[in-house]
Amino acid sequence: MSSQFDRRKFLIGAAGAATSGWLLAACSGGDTGSGGTPQASASQIPQADIDKALDTETTLTFWTWVPDITNQVKMFTDTYPKITVNTVNVGQGAPHYQKLRAAIQSGQGAPDVTQMEFQYIPSFTLGDAGSLLDLSPYAPADIQSFYPEWVWGQVKINNGLWGVPQDTGPMGLLYREDLLSDAGIEAPKTYDDFAAAAASYHSKNPKSYLVNVAPNQPGQMVAYLWQAGVRPFKFDGQETVTIDLANDQAQKVIKFWGDLVTSGGASNDPDFNDSWYQGLAGGKWASLPIAAWGPVFLQGTAGKTSGKWRAADLPQWDAGQTVSSNWGGSTDAVLKASKNPIAASQLALWINTNKESTLRFANEQFLFPAMNDVLTDPSFTGQESEFYGGQKVNEKFAQISETVSTDFGWLPFMDFVYSNFTETLGKAFADKTDAVAGLQAWQDGCAAYAKDQGFTVA
Amino acid sequence: MPTLVQPGPATAAPVSSKPRLTVARRRQYGAAYALVLPFFIIFLAMIVVPLLYAGYLSFFKDKLVGGVSFVGFENYVRALTDASFLGSVGRMALFLVTQVPFMLGLSLFFALALDSGMMRLSRFTRMAIYIPYAVPGVVATLMWGYLYGPDFGPIAQVFSALGGSPPNFFTETGMLLSIMNVVNWEFIGYNMIIIYAALRSIPTELYEAARVDGASEIRIAWSIKIPAIRPALLLTVIFSVIGTFQLFNEPKLMASLAPTVIGTDWSPNLYAYNIAFINQDTNYAAALAFLLGFVIAVVSYIVQLSAQRKERNS
Repeated sequence: MSSQFDRRKFLIGAAGAATSGWLLAACSGGDTGSGGTPQASASQIPQADIDKALDTETTLTFWTWVPDITNQVKMFTDTYPKITVNTVNVGQGAPHYQKLRAAIQSGQGAPDVTQMEFQYIPSFTLGDAGSLLDLSPYAPADIQSFYPEWVWGQVKINNGLWGVPQDTGPMGLLYREDLLSDAGIEAPKTYDDFAAAAASYHSKNPKSYLVNVAPNQPGQMVAYLWQAGVRPFKFDGQETVTIDLANDQAQKVIKFWGDLVTSGGASNDPDFNDSWYQGLAGGKWASLPIAAWGPVFLQGTAGKTSGKWRAADLPQWDAGQTVSSNWGGSTDAVLKASKNPIAASQLALWINTNKESTLRFANEQFLFPAMNDVLTDPSFTGQESEFYGGQKVNEKFAQISETVSTDFGWLPFMDFVYSNFTETLGKAFADKTDAVAGLQAWQDGCAAYAKDQGFTVA
Repeated sequence: MPTLVQPGPATAAPVSSKPRLTVARRRQYGAAYALVLPFFIIFLAMIVVPLLYAGYLSFFKDKLVGGVSFVGFENYVRALTDASFLGSVGRMALFLVTQVPFMLGLSLFFALALDSGMMRLSRFTRMAIYIPYAVPGVVATLMWGYLYGPDFGPIAQVFSALGGSPPNFFTETGMLLSIMNVVNWEFIGYNMIIIYAALRSIPTELYEAARVDGASEIRIAWSIKIPAIRPALLLTVIFSVIGTFQLFNEPKLMASLAPTVIGTDWSPNLYAYNIAFINQDTNYAAALAFLLGFVIAVVSYIVQLSAQRKERNS
């Protein structure tokens, strides 16, 4: 179950990865993104109340695992000296959510502000007992315009704004320029090209593969489905879920990857373990479809292959189109139980919308930005990366972010969905059995769980 | 998880004592109770209360939608028909009857060899065999995971250097054997120390008498040493029974290397953990834990009983 939290693992290593040549561009100053003068709608907290709350002695607790986030917190408390923030790292990923759930259930000890990944939001807004604060009344009225549409769709769910986006993971394709050109292959533009390239590449390099299909990586597989227009998960915020994993579109995608594995054109190694890291560094794979947090991660993992990698769009199902999807990404959310909802929401908003703060996230902590302002900032997009042969990788992924398709929803129990993937579809990849049957088993497993938990399954 | 409560006279007060105690006596009793009090407070707070609470939880069901309801023995019934749970208990039973005898046999062998006094470097050897136990299980499993690695592990590399294809450690059977191997490596030294300590406490006069009677070292080991350390051997067996059914770290960490082989239900503890934290079904996990405790208690009791019977017969 640890495997799906790769972005987090990456974040642990991010600080270390910062050593290599990726420039830490200086932050340019700028206006605050959050300030402005919101046109207060009826439901919104008046600016005067916000100012008053920020000028009152308050102590907030903030649970997060993001490395060096105290930098941003300090910028906030320097701006509002009467606010004190205790930043606590209670664990990365699963342990974080377990402790958060325990604290919420026990009614004490929960933080005011918490790290919250996109796919976990529904499990914390579930039913009447939803434990996240709707930030709409606390946020600037024009906040929607800060973000690409697909990002907004991840946080504005069932008429509530449940978190302030912090980082995202638009999907792209990293590939080894040297290995592909040695094999006489061009970076594949469509999935048809990709399948042909995989077969041809492997026949020329019996010890190497074009790509790996990890049997423990639901996040990546869901991103492939997302890209193909599959919308398998829906949740009405109360008790009805839609689980539609095995539709025709999804079957087409899964059959594609399953066929690659059974034909031997793709390997089926578990990822994000030592063996996989060594494989990346040692040329076992000529490409890596991964999210925008991947380039820095790869640089830290496969340092000796510097200069040989390039970044491109994911292969496309229809030639001429450019569609991407997302894998990973998180927000800062405020708990309903917070005694200082105004100050807490301002902390979440400030560190994630203040331009200076968000640029530091992007350029120092390598969180791939969610905000348009940062995605288009020259200090971010202009960085040329030696590891990618001087390519402006940030710019590439910023462009990809614009092509991420919208309206992708999650179920309120993604822990189970992801864990069950490894037992069903993942197992089919690992054992080289019928992947479409594995997909059906995944669908059935999720639906059975939902029913057992009292949901109405539509 | 219920642990075995060792029957013992530790706290039994003399039954026949007269109500009138001397001041000094009373003070002694007071001191004794004061000394065991910290243990009992922690025992109550950390073992008994959580155990009772878990028992209480196991009779409810808490759905994500619909909340909590009392379900009686439903969780237990479900567990007894749950292929994942039964399969994991079965796997551990297989582990118990194959790995444990092998491990304890080697522990006994090493302990006897060290005790025979016929070894050079015996202190170093004792240390060397014991050291793996001092390596944290997490580190041990990571290390073995590297050794087993199919692409870059040294074993695989030796095989491919010799032109062969390396054995796959990450199949169903391969994984069982791989984990058995890790457990052997970890616990042979630990059990050896227990057995060795027992051997050291045997009065040497017995050996001298046996030698006078013309017994060989092997005969001495078989007819004097092993019977004399039977309680220690029984202890190692009971520890191994408990340890086996509670196997968790090794499969949990190996899961990153072979996620589809280990799955969520490889061992009963791993399964209960995943039910509690991934499926968010604490109630069912509590029932599983209780059933597992029951299995452990029964198996331990059977082991103890059969050992006692053997002793009586001999």
